[in-house]
Amino acid sequence: MRFRAAIAGEDLAAAAIGGPTSPRRGRAARLTRATRQLPLAPALIMLILFFLGPVLWSIYSSFTNAALTGDGAANPQWVGLDNFRRLFSDPNVTNGIWLTVVFVLGSAVIGQNLLGLAIALLMRGRNRWLRGTVGAIVVSAWVLPEVVSAFIWYAFLGQDGTLNQVTKALGIGSQDWLYSSPMLAVIIANTWRGTAFSMLVYNAALADVPLDVQEAAELDGASGWRRLWSVTLPLIRSAIVTNLMLITLQTLSVFTLIYVMTAGGPGFASSTLPVLMYQQAFKFSEVGYGTAISLLLLAIGAVFSFVYVRVLKPEA
Amino acid sequence: MGVDTPSRRAARLVCAGILVLIGVAFLAPLVWLVLSCFDASAQTNVKFPDHPSLDNFRAVMNTDMLWRPLWNGLLLCGGSALITVLIATFAAYPLSRYQTRFRKPFLYTVLFATGLPITAIMVPVYGLFVRLQLVDSMPATALFLATTSLPFAIWLIKGFIDSVPISLEEASWVDGASPMQALRHIVVPLIAPGMSVVLIFTFIQAWGNFFVPFILLQSPEKLPASVTVFTFFGQYGAVAYGQLAAYSVLYSMPVVVLYLIVSRTMGGAFRFAGAAKG
Repeated sequence: MRFRAAIAGEDLAAAAIGGPTSPRRGRAARLTRATRQLPLAPALIMLILFFLGPVLWSIYSSFTNAALTGDGAANPQWVGLDNFRRLFSDPNVTNGIWLTVVFVLGSAVIGQNLLGLAIALLMRGRNRWLRGTVGAIVVSAWVLPEVVSAFIWYAFLGQDGTLNQVTKALGIGSQDWLYSSPMLAVIIANTWRGTAFSMLVYNAALADVPLDVQEAAELDGASGWRRLWSVTLPLIRSAIVTNLMLITLQTLSVFTLIYVMTAGGPGFASSTLPVLMYQQAFKFSEVGYGTAISLLLLAIGAVFSFVYVRVLKPEA
Repeated sequence: MGVDTPSRRAARLVCAGILVLIGVAFLAPLVWLVLSCFDASAQTNVKFPDHPSLDNFRAVMNTDMLWRPLWNGLLLCGGSALITVLIATFAAYPLSRYQTRFRKPFLYTVLFATGLPITAIMVPVYGLFVRLQLVDSMPATALFLATTSLPFAIWLIKGFIDSVPISLEEASWVDGASPMQALRHIVVPLIAPGMSVVLIFTFIQAWGNFFVPFILLQSPEKLPASVTVFTFFGQYGAVAYGQLAAYSVLYSMPVVVLYLIVSRTMGGAFRFAGAAKG
């Protein structure tokens, strides 16, 4: 419908400026059409300069030995596929890919998604006070800046932190969670931080599921789980798919939370691809190699983003 | 609802119980932050302050630690949010109103770009900034931050403009107004609420962004609070946890307030996320 309105609008606008009747007017009309697109120019320039440019440059420089200092910085040499050969034979990179997959599956697909859905479902039909309070607590974890969340979890999981105080009180004993299980630590922290988004998406989606559909299923005698599985979830299927795509894309690029909590350590035990990319490019000053890792990350993100656009199928 | 049988009541009680447990679990990490900011001798453990005081706040409230970083953050994030909304509105108008053969591919590219991990392009962007001698430049960093939020802003604002009936502009065209005049005097006043949500949302995201200023800025006097809080935390051998907590609270305050302002209208954004109804 919007389409039609836009087309109709263009016809009217063309009529208003005289319409393309004579050749001279035809040229004028073409000029007007071009002028109309002019407001797009600043956005286009910015996106090309800061988005497309760097991506193309990174494709180029991943074939060189570019570095931040020394010989590689002054005149980078063409090294062909060396960076990529090194990439796929580097145990840190294969480890980084594996850790990124674990991080995305653990904190986004399982953690944020399932917990967000569970909270949204549990909130249905609860009294307003309980719903409001739990909702506000979950959202406040999401609103806080990422660095602050990282500090909070650093303190919470530390040797003398809250979690160890609880486990000691329960007689389980204590450990330095950031050292003993760094991946679990960052997964839990990222789940805490991101669950609110999924919860809000599912709250909005569930609000569109009419209660009488549920009641009809209840009258049929469908049990709770059956009802959830075969009535409610199919109705919010598109929200589930969109949410999964969005949180996967967000989680793929998480750097700050992990960097502040563990700095990728101990060793490389929590160096997901973004952290590894940073370490290679800035800590070890190998920009060419760091760029090759960032291309890998970009390629993974591009696949998910492509699927996301296909799934969303917007009426553009 | 149906008949209230005892088993149904029990199930409801269990559900409420689980919800309370989840709430407590989410609240637990926050307790440390709230208690420690009032405790001058705070460590990482949770304990009620022996002598509750505002000493931590007093200690961090000086130009180098707090005020300048907050001001830098305001310049950086406010600047980038304004640029984003301005440029996105200009770009969204022709995309919403005129049919061209580039429109659809461009819009799909924009949507595709909203999904790309910004983190991944930071190494090449740093390379670009070195080449153009823009490292440590606040305007350039603000411009880059604006670009990162541009795709999403164009997408949202185009949606707002789509919902403004074109008949209003037709009237002004007949009166001889140019499309840009129509945009300014007719469309913008109508979509102003939506634009301000995009503005605030962009600001909140930039305010929390650590990685971009961490890579692109270097001078301590140019760093925004998101990076200062990190250097402040890392620089001292024995970290002053109480001050760190107080600083975190002060730094988080602006975005919490802004979130409360937009939260009422934010519902729409989540409809957007869940709106892919085939």
